[in-house]
Amino acid sequence: MASAPSKLYADDVSLLMVLLDTNPFFWSSSSLPFSKFLSHVLTFLNSILLLNQLNQIVVLLRATIQAGGFVIKDEQLIKEGSGEGIPSSLLSGSLSMALCYIQRVFRSGPLHPQPRILCLQGSSDGPEQYVAIMNAIFSAQRSMVPIDSCYMGSNNSAFLQQASYITGGVYLKPQQPNGLLQYLTTVFATDLHSRAFLQLPKSAGVDFRASCFCHKKTIDTGYICSVCLSIFCKHHKKCSTCGSVFGQAQSESSTTNRKRKASDT
Amino acid sequence: MNNGEERRLNGEVEEDDEDDEETNGGLAAWERAYADERSWESLQEDESGLLRPIDNQSLHHAQYRRRLRAASTSRIQKGLIRYLYIVIDFSKAASEMDFRPSRMGVVAKHVEAFIREFFYQNPLSQVGLVSIKDGVAHILTDLGGSPESHVKAVMGKLECSGDASLQNALDLVHGYLNQIPTYGHREVLILYSALSTCDPGDIMETIQKCKKSKIRCSVIGLSAEIFICKHLCQETGGLYYIALDEPHLKDLILEHAPPPPAIAEFAIANLIKMGFPQRAAESSVAICSCHKEAKVGDGYTCPRCKARVCELPTECRICGLTLISSPHLARSYHHLFPIVPFDEVSLSLFIDQQNKLPKACFGCQQSLLGPGNKPSLCVACPKCQQLFCLDCDIYIHESLHNCPGCESTRHSKIPTANEGG
Ligand SMILES: [Zn+2]
Ligand SMILES: [Zn+2]
Ligand SMILES: [Zn+2]
Ligand SMILES: [Zn+2]
Ligand SMILES: [Zn+2]
Ligand SMILES: [Zn+2]
Repeated sequence: MASAPSKLYADDVSLLMVLLDTNPFFWSSSSLPFSKFLSHVLTFLNSILLLNQLNQIVVLLRATIQAGGFVIKDEQLIKEGSGEGIPSSLLSGSLSMALCYIQRVFRSGPLHPQPRILCLQGSSDGPEQYVAIMNAIFSAQRSMVPIDSCYMGSNNSAFLQQASYITGGVYLKPQQPNGLLQYLTTVFATDLHSRAFLQLPKSAGVDFRASCFCHKKTIDTGYICSVCLSIFCKHHKKCSTCGSVFGQAQSESSTTNRKRKASDT
Repeated sequence: MNNGEERRLNGEVEEDDEDDEETNGGLAAWERAYADERSWESLQEDESGLLRPIDNQSLHHAQYRRRLRAASTSRIQKGLIRYLYIVIDFSKAASEMDFRPSRMGVVAKHVEAFIREFFYQNPLSQVGLVSIKDGVAHILTDLGGSPESHVKAVMGKLECSGDASLQNALDLVHGYLNQIPTYGHREVLILYSALSTCDPGDIMETIQKCKKSKIRCSVIGLSAEIFICKHLCQETGGLYYIALDEPHLKDLILEHAPPPPAIAEFAIANLIKMGFPQRAAESSVAICSCHKEAKVGDGYTCPRCKARVCELPTECRICGLTLISSPHLARSYHHLFPIVPFDEVSLSLFIDQQNKLPKACFGCQQSLLGPGNKPSLCVACPKCQQLFCLDCDIYIHESLHNCPGCESTRHSKIPTANEGG
């Protein structure tokens, strides 16, 4: 497909990076068996290739400790036995690789297919990947690459919700996993240009509240270390992240500052 | 659109230089700077004695070194909460045409880009604008966290007249910066065109005053080095540079966008109380406290007083609580957990080992073998030992802030069954 002359790239030619979650821990307990899931996805990928002969697809698998690796390019699918699995799959690694690949497409010249990322995930978020995933999301936002996500797990994935919201992609949690193909083709098959004319699922609200570093509790007001921006739910004497010792208890810092401001002027 | 190569030769890898293209395209050939026309300088002799255009490797190295330098200082804490005044010189000297169309126009254009970049990198910081003309300093915009109002002020009326007064500007800025909370880093960035300063009193006193208030003053000169600016920067711990040409000016200004290393006694560590508002439901109607307009959906609710605000980060107009969202904080976390610089390796070393190692970049899968199957320069992550091409190296360190290799081999320590799935 890449051999086609690049002049033919119009605004509706897509490069779809599919990040497949093959975490055996999830799929062994899922209501939709993995083989069925794969056949849905394969049909979807083939339909993308049929939509435009210049469309390109790259699939990244992730699950095992040696996650990632470009296993499939275009149409050849090599099933890779997923050996040892780990509970939460490595979204950060495959997102990072996908973004590197997209940068290479950007470097290839002014005419290139429009890239987008589709995460097909089942396993739950791994909190230890938070910083890495956010870094990847901001980098995608900067290069204007939308991250679409289709989450197959039972609860919502806060990471994927944020990823899609920040980058302007679509987040979807299929109500009927058996009808996955239908969801995929109606929501994720259209190119970015045509999306403007469609009524795509709206975000049902994204939880932007932070969780404190000390108890991992979700809070709506808290204290921030002015040096390293760590979040705490109550006043501490010393920052546990960077070790700075805080001055006098400034429980109402903003109001005292106002008072000082007022008295100074 | 075909100046992608040119851009790389200039040593810039920016994603967003549309304005760059504009200027190059807008200039007639004879107006372009001489430096760009010295095409013979971009030639290089290869082993067989043929002349070839220089590849971007040497420039890459310069960049790499710059990054290494930045990385080595990154262990030092960064001043993440900054209060910055940008002082722009609109005296007569700013109308000179050695920069095209004029110094003033060029400065305004790059300050606009700088403001956007600044808020991208420092979401919790504030900027104010000050202009100097006719020997006096004026506040253009107050300290604030929204880029739009500043950009509007910069792109607005642009006139220049009279003399420049460094002392008046410093006095004005000092008065305002003295009031900010002690945890904030006080900074002044002066874009100075004039070659003199016309002051009402002793400027040395003012400089000492700034030093005492821990205000870090940096100057970017557009003409030539002046003693008083150098003295000011030395005393207050700022940077002083003279811009040689427009790309250089752009680089110098943008160098101030990443947070500077924090100097412990400059800002006192403190805990700041902040609110994390919830996004209002799509269909709810409320009057926002910032624009005083009734709006449907799209907004955030202050957790303390329940007032509606349109944008984050901001300070609640009603109760004064600082309101932010967790992604704003996350945007700064890469400064806390910086990625180590990669080591340069020669690929030939690996090829000797019976082709066992992959010869493609781990990030973008591009072959690491150059033209003619000659191994090209590449880098390896010291932690995960994966190989990367030079382009990915720059992208990983300057934008992504993740090593794809390390992230793919991360050892998860929690072997409990997934609660959600
Ligand atoms: Zn806590
Ligand atoms: Zn801290
Ligand atoms: Zn408003
Ligand atoms: Zn409030
Ligand atoms: Zn690469
Ligand atoms: Zn690594």
